[in-house]
Amino acid sequence: MNSADFLAMLPHLVLGVAIVLLMLVIAFIRNHALTATLTALSMLASLLAIGPSLEALPRQVTPLYIFDAFGAYFTGLILIAGICTVVFSYRYLQGRRGDPDEYYLLLAIATFGAITMVETTHFAAFLLGLEILSISLYVLIAYPEEGHVPLEAGVKYLVLSGVASTTILFGLALLYNATGSMAFQAAERALTDQPNYEVYVVAGNILVFGGLAFKLSLVPFHMWTPDVYQGAPAPISGFIATVSKGAVVALVYRYLIGGDGLDNDALVTALSAIAIASMVIGNLLALMQRDFKRILAYSSIAHLGYLMIALLAINALATLDFAVEAGLIYLAAYFAMTLAAFGIVTLLSSSEQDAGDLEYYEGLFWRQPWVAGVLTITLLSLAGIPMTVGFIAKFYLFGAGIEGSMYTLLWALIVGSAIGIFYYLRVIFIMTHRPESTLRNERPVARGAFAVICLLGLTVLAFGVYPTPLIVLVGMAISGMGG
Amino acid sequence: MITAWLILILLVGGLLAALIARWQPGASRWVSLLSLLLAGYGLLEVWLAGQPATPSEQIIYASLSAEWIPRFGIQVLLVMDGLSLLMVALTLFLGVVAVLSSWTEIEHRAGFFQLNLLWILAGVVGVFTAMDLFLFFLFWEVMLVPMYFLIAIWGHEDRAYAAMKFFLFTQISSLLMLFAIIGLAFAHYASTGTLTFNYFDLLGTQLTPELATYLMLGFFIAFMVKLPGVPFHTWLPDAHTQAPTAGSVILAGILLKTGAYGLIRFVLPLFPDAALQFRWPAMLLGAVSIVYGGYMAFAQTDFKRLVAYSSVSHMGFVLLGVFAWTQVAVQGAVMQMIAHGFSTAALFMIAGALQQRLHTREMARMGGLWMHAPRMGAIALFFIVASLGMPGLGNFVGEFMVLLGAFEIDVPLTVAAALGLVVAAVYGLSLMQRTFQGPPNPELAGMRDFGARETGIMLLMAAGLIWLGVYPQPVLEVSGPVVEMLRGAGAP
Repeated sequence: MNSADFLAMLPHLVLGVAIVLLMLVIAFIRNHALTATLTALSMLASLLAIGPSLEALPRQVTPLYIFDAFGAYFTGLILIAGICTVVFSYRYLQGRRGDPDEYYLLLAIATFGAITMVETTHFAAFLLGLEILSISLYVLIAYPEEGHVPLEAGVKYLVLSGVASTTILFGLALLYNATGSMAFQAAERALTDQPNYEVYVVAGNILVFGGLAFKLSLVPFHMWTPDVYQGAPAPISGFIATVSKGAVVALVYRYLIGGDGLDNDALVTALSAIAIASMVIGNLLALMQRDFKRILAYSSIAHLGYLMIALLAINALATLDFAVEAGLIYLAAYFAMTLAAFGIVTLLSSSEQDAGDLEYYEGLFWRQPWVAGVLTITLLSLAGIPMTVGFIAKFYLFGAGIEGSMYTLLWALIVGSAIGIFYYLRVIFIMTHRPESTLRNERPVARGAFAVICLLGLTVLAFGVYPTPLIVLVGMAISGMGG
Repeated sequence: MITAWLILILLVGGLLAALIARWQPGASRWVSLLSLLLAGYGLLEVWLAGQPATPSEQIIYASLSAEWIPRFGIQVLLVMDGLSLLMVALTLFLGVVAVLSSWTEIEHRAGFFQLNLLWILAGVVGVFTAMDLFLFFLFWEVMLVPMYFLIAIWGHEDRAYAAMKFFLFTQISSLLMLFAIIGLAFAHYASTGTLTFNYFDLLGTQLTPELATYLMLGFFIAFMVKLPGVPFHTWLPDAHTQAPTAGSVILAGILLKTGAYGLIRFVLPLFPDAALQFRWPAMLLGAVSIVYGGYMAFAQTDFKRLVAYSSVSHMGFVLLGVFAWTQVAVQGAVMQMIAHGFSTAALFMIAGALQQRLHTREMARMGGLWMHAPRMGAIALFFIVASLGMPGLGNFVGEFMVLLGAFEIDVPLTVAAALGLVVAAVYGLSLMQRTFQGPPNPELAGMRDFGARETGIMLLMAAGLIWLGVYPQPVLEVSGPVVEMLRGAGAP
């Protein structure tokens, strides 16, 4: 390892060191505001460290890690999402019983796990990152002491996520058996190079993708999502929806691009079916919900289904770059929209109960016009209405789908979006109800969380009206892709 | 440049109206009225400045182009030619009417109401001037959201259902259009190597007949929903009935015209062969809309629903005329769009005024209203007669030209469509009889007649219809060269 290696991994080093320091600070001083500020600052420092690290990219550091612009893009997204989560969490945990300091430590560790996952083309490092992330999440989900709902959600996530990890591990074992290597490229190349082992490779791939589909909460591996989103603290639901899924998406991209793409028809068919099922079933089930967090859960299932179009477009090799571009744009849009939505849930939550039930949103337009305005923008963006980044993202998916001639998936996208409009609009309609005489859950507005929400809403609008900076950024991430 | 200014004036005017309402709710109405008048003045200047040297010369009144998303060759391209000019003029005029008609109706959140109103108009002006398909789609969608709010917040008893239905219908169909727009751009990219959404570049794109048919249908369905033509019309009676008066005026007067405009501007010029192969089914749908809409109108007991169904019937003429695609028929369709905007807006205002006074739209509870409100009765009679196609008024000119042009193309369908004029007389006169004539209802004595403000607007629109009916030449001269250009666009 030389200095360039260290420079390349600077963001990771910064966050890693900061986590250790944070642990030491907590051992001596327990202060909610201090811990939260330090956590946010560590993540911010790590985010800023991406800048200097860029000049050393791309760089392979040990066989385990590959640092490149592609990974830096994801690292940036994840760290921004982490910072937002810290701000929301501060608001959320204020006025609750117990010491919240460990919560922030776990949050920082989970973020560290996520940024590890996006910089690797090796199964060992991938599994390491995944487990760092997941194990922290088990605790974070069940962190609030009150009530059994968070506990139930935590246990549910623990059991199911454990099963998924095991599935992935078994798949990796089969792949290793066929190829004798833990590198992504070998696993893919084996399909063509070693026909005798094809059955191992296909079976291994299916198991790995099954486990990843669980992490991405794609139908039929989605059962845990609504319960966990509903039970977990609102900021953590947002964190799971964005960070843990975004990291897995980065990994899938690396896995698919590292080899020759998906050149197995059975696998493509299976993944297409999963994507279509996610779009249609996710949206259909969202229709029946009365709880906003559950609506967001099902909507995120559907959105990951949409994102699969960009992943599957890699298969049509002519559109490889465009397919990756579409996926990265979609993911950035999805991050901004989802974080804004869960941020607003946090803002409206009282210290006893999360603002899950749609009742909380009645007449919001007249009670808190700015919050309602941002939520409207967010929901319209989730629905893919122009002038929001959600539309630009959907536009990309249409482009990728048409270029790759994946018309069945596009029909599913149209049907899914059509159903989606219905439940997003219903929330907006509830917000326009005439105000009632009794005002409820009027907690003093938290300035920090409010500012972050407004910024996210502004991002959704700004990139919707003028997406060029985002497109340029994504272009740089793709052209600087190593490995 | 002026097109961008028009849109900006309306957007900013809306914001100002919403802001000023915090201190002085009443002032928001004045703000939006003034911004509309300012925009109207700007448009008038452009119109007067762009007089043609010879009658057949095509004039570009204003244009603006700027890079927007270079990655996809997307531009901010706003061009105002004769057709756009007429449509924008109609938009601004009916915008003023809508503001005036809701002057006393809206008490709740007046500022936010004016914001939505002006933003719809801004979106519509954008739709009528955008010549980049991406930008067009953006405006097309953006005008929906404030319209949704207008119905959902200030609508009548069944507003949730109506607003949702309106949004879903238009949104789903416009997803198909988005599909078609991107498909067209990529097909153009495949054949020429440049990715662009510029309308003028996309004209004459080489497409296989099969692909052209699919893409054409994507556009066609989106515009048919908006028009609305049978069988995509079912959202319209609900949305019109539940919307507040200003919402109905804008919906019927302007939003429906965006569908017709799309057919003229995009469907036929972009896909001339595919669209002309589709001519007979489309004209059939037009004829069916005319007769079916009229038939349904006759069966209604709700004043606004009746007028809504009459819109289906009248817009059927537009569909018929556009797909006949002869010079006379298309110009007739444009004339019909303008005249229908006036007459239907007026009828919806009368319906709104009646609802404000009587708290009902049921015609069974009206009757003999002429006794109580003679001014209103006379005005209603004028617009009902205009709407059923009395010669000398604008609607007659439009319908006559459509039938004349369509006759060259398909005689049986034209004959069937002409029956629509008879049906229109039946439902129009029955509307008059059931509300303003017959035995007066004593409970309704003391009903307020039209005041000066309402009478003034009505007389203005009546004057417009008489002008269109007696001397339609100026309008035809403005629309003529554009229609000629569009008809020639696809021709080899």
